[in-house]
Amino acid sequence: MTTHYLVLSALLFAIGAIGVLVRRNAIVVFMCVELMLNACNLAFVTFARQQGNLDGQIIAFFVMVVAAAEVVIGLAIIVMIFRTRRSASVDDANLLKY
Amino acid sequence: MGETITFWILAVVSVSAALGLVFSRKAVYSALMLGVVMLSLAVLYAVQDAPFLAAVQIIVYTGAVMMLFLFVLMLVGVDSADSLVETIKGQRVWAAIAGLGFAFLLALGVGNATFAAPTGLAKATEAAGGNVPSLAHLIFTRYVFAFEVTSALLITAALGAMVLAHRERIRPKATQRDLARARFTGPQPSPLPGPGTYALHNAIDMPALLPDGTVADKSINRVLARHEMEGGFTPTDPVKAALIKQVLERDAAQDRDSDSGDEPVQAEDAAPRQEDGK
Repeated sequence: MTTHYLVLSALLFAIGAIGVLVRRNAIVVFMCVELMLNACNLAFVTFARQQGNLDGQIIAFFVMVVAAAEVVIGLAIIVMIFRTRRSASVDDANLLKY
Repeated sequence: MGETITFWILAVVSVSAALGLVFSRKAVYSALMLGVVMLSLAVLYAVQDAPFLAAVQIIVYTGAVMMLFLFVLMLVGVDSADSLVETIKGQRVWAAIAGLGFAFLLALGVGNATFAAPTGLAKATEAAGGNVPSLAHLIFTRYVFAFEVTSALLITAALGAMVLAHRERIRPKATQRDLARARFTGPQPSPLPGPGTYALHNAIDMPALLPDGTVADKSINRVLARHEMEGGFTPTDPVKAALIKQVLERDAAQDRDSDSGDEPVQAEDAAPRQEDGK
């Protein structure tokens, strides 16, 4: 059963990675990052049960805390960029390019 | 057996929801799909002897994080569609190929590993008596430093969000007196016309009717009308459709004239919005 959970986690992670690469809307890109974090948590929980050791669940817990903080800051940045540039597309924020 | 059934149902649900998240055109659908993935992962945690994490997943992710996402979506504008122009040529195709290759590699690597039957957490949790007490024991002993640092992180994040979302007020806040003055010096002191005498609907997307049955020009909601035009759902009534089109064209002409004027970003909290029909 462990393998099943790990394959599911890998699939979700890869789908999230594809989303980050393909999508242009900054909010959707952010959601895909959240999906990748969730996939990692699933792997942590699976390994915790596999090894009979609670450390994996603790790490997953910390990942959730950090993800919550990251979402707050990231969305604040997106809102700020949207206010000044009137766009939530990642292609439009290229001021540092040249 | 029960676990296998739960796993297969939730695996199908979560993978298809994740695909929906990546491929749906509208950002709100993506957010809802992400909610589905998070809920099914919560159930998978519960199945795998992690009831505390399942509860936290539902409370923190589907509760707080998803609401934050939806809030920002509403702030930024639900219809901020993805641009379909590729900035880097062939990027989409190569990204998809790289992603699929990555998935294949990861699944192959994981699938090749053979695991013994899971040890289970019964032994690890029996000393403290249950999942939550054992986690608490670990957090407040071995991981207490990380836990303390987490509090610093959360305070920093809260302060950072406040600083980032803060906006200086450039001009003084409009008082009720200012608003009243702006309204009466403006072109339309009265409220905009409501649904008319023979109106069949009072929905906001329905223009008001005058006593003679014609459409009241000022009652057309510009935002909804523009949305209808762009979406291609024009009203069935040809007169109404023509009128909406005419009003929008006039608005566009007006926009072109006044574009050189003031910055629209700062105008929100100054005078009330004036929907003039000229």
